Amino acid sequence: MKRALPAFWLIVVLTVPFWLPDQYILHILIITGIFIIAAMSLNLLLGYTGQLSLGHVAFFGIGAYASALTTLGFDVELFAGFRVVHEPWPAVVGFFVGTIVAGMSGYVIGRLSFKVRGAYFVIVTISFAEVTRLVALNWVELTQGPLALTNIPPYTIGFPGLGDYTLWNKTAYYYLVLAVGLAAYIVISRLVGSRIGRAMIALKENETLASSVGIDVTHYLVLAAVISAAVAGSAGSLYAHYVKIIDPDIFLFVYTVMMVIMVITGGKGTLAGPIVGGIIFGFLPVILRPIAAPAVQWILYGALMIVIVFVLPQGIVPAVERWMANWTQFGRKAAGIMLASNSKPGDGP
Amino acid sequence: MDQLLQHLVNAVILGGTYALLGIGLTLIFGIMRVVNFTHGELYAFGAYTVYLISAALGLDFFLGLIVAIVAGGLLGALIEITLLRPMRGADIDTVMLVMIGGWIVMQNTELLVWGGVAKAIVTPFPEAPLVIGPVSISWLRVFVLVVALLLIAGSYVLIHRTKLGKAMRATFQDTDTAALMGVNIRGVYTATFALGSGLAAAAGALLGPVFLVTPTMGDLASLKAFAIVILGGLGNITGATVGGFILALVEEIGAGYISSGYRDAMGFLIIIAVLLFKPTGLFARAERVG
Repeated sequence: MKRALPAFWLIVVLTVPFWLPDQYILHILIITGIFIIAAMSLNLLLGYTGQLSLGHVAFFGIGAYASALTTLGFDVELFAGFRVVHEPWPAVVGFFVGTIVAGMSGYVIGRLSFKVRGAYFVIVTISFAEVTRLVALNWVELTQGPLALTNIPPYTIGFPGLGDYTLWNKTAYYYLVLAVGLAAYIVISRLVGSRIGRAMIALKENETLASSVGIDVTHYLVLAAVISAAVAGSAGSLYAHYVKIIDPDIFLFVYTVMMVIMVITGGKGTLAGPIVGGIIFGFLPVILRPIAAPAVQWILYGALMIVIVFVLPQGIVPAVERWMANWTQFGRKAAGIMLASNSKPGDGP
Repeated sequence: MDQLLQHLVNAVILGGTYALLGIGLTLIFGIMRVVNFTHGELYAFGAYTVYLISAALGLDFFLGLIVAIVAGGLLGALIEITLLRPMRGADIDTVMLVMIGGWIVMQNTELLVWGGVAKAIVTPFPEAPLVIGPVSISWLRVFVLVVALLLIAGSYVLIHRTKLGKAMRATFQDTDTAALMGVNIRGVYTATFALGSGLAAAAGALLGPVFLVTPTMGDLASLKAFAIVILGGLGNITGATVGGFILALVEEIGAGYISSGYRDAMGFLIIIAVLLFKPTGLFARAERVG
């Protein structure tokens, strides 16, 4: 049964648009999927290396802006008379540019801040997100500032021999998000299952010991930051080309908090954690919207975060796994007792 | 030149309140090892308390200031007892998550109670500014600076001249040994958090009338306090005081001569620069508080 479970879930998510033709639910699923990808990338840093990146939305936003600007083109005067003009490129190229630019900014931030860890890293990442927001707000010539980048075109994917296909409708976009999410999941699960992942976990558990057995700590942390930032950037690109308008508010701290809540509720350091947490917090606002104002919802989320840390510090997924393990063990034991009581003493051959 | 002088004066006035913010945060970090994300919300709480008493209830502004500081301290003690005391012994990241939860709850409670529209606090100070040569300062700002300096001096006296201060310094140096010597660690933690929170509320109560009071005012205050603390070295009170004035100076000069849009980015550029060149902060000393 355990082996069949992933296949079952895969079939469920693959067929959603067929048995759930509601456009609004599909929209929620797409947005949720994008945030799950971002949460997975945060989990790589928070769950596997133990570094809390509280500016993660910066990578998401950089991916979104880089992708949108690549697609829309820009004409910027860097300094007196020196202009950088960029003609619009296809949106798919924007996706890769967004991913790469976000990954590069992850490298810079990792190099800068992994000299120091813990509290310093948290503060540097928050500061970085705030600086990117101020740049997006004030560099009007490039980003249109508060006027926002509008009319971001959807992706056009060329299939060999079948011609081009533009992703206008939600069903197509759902499958794109699913494909990117699956790719991100595979990259992250391969990574944490590899030697690199074991090194990351080793330095989360005991950094001094890890470095004394020859693990290059900074190297692995920077690597994790680059991959994490790149995945977040790809999620940002998906977001930009889906909602078709982005403004500096994309860098707001609340989005990072949303990702953090998803990861810690689901279970940090587990592959399924961000997905479970993402689904919960993707749909919770939809359920709560008719009965609670946004401020009330956020009070609930904040309180829930505190409660989770107090009651379920490992998150939902490890708790459920433990419960399942106990349950099957108990089942076996119960079955064993039944067998024992059925065989009366002296019944032997 | 005249303009520069005006910027310098503004920086000194702003720096006093920034120092209050920084001292509160650095005390809490140094003694309790807690990265306090609710710090900015206590700053906002101070500002709203003054608004409540002086504008909404129509009572005295100075009474509002005193109530804000005391209420901020009490709220801090409450946060420490309910959220932090059960988390003692947990690692710093876990506690950080709890504090982020607290931050979100507090900020959205402010939004719910007061609404998103910015509030202005009217003070009893005369409109006409004090003019000294080329520099003009409003009387309110003079008052803000004087109160901030008094509170900074008060914190120094508390930490260096009282028994509680001695207990705080002992806890900072070595919690276990301090406990063995009969220091009530629980009490020290609560007092530290209350003191830091009271100072943050005081900063908010002082700057609230200078600027506007909004539910999100705490976010930037938290981030600026972090910048000040990193600049001065975590747990270093003198560092936080000087750091507060340096941040205010950099902001004023940056806003005046580079771009006012990037005023709030200056703190973060400071953080990045400090981490690049002197990660221990400008005033790093071996583990000591004070």
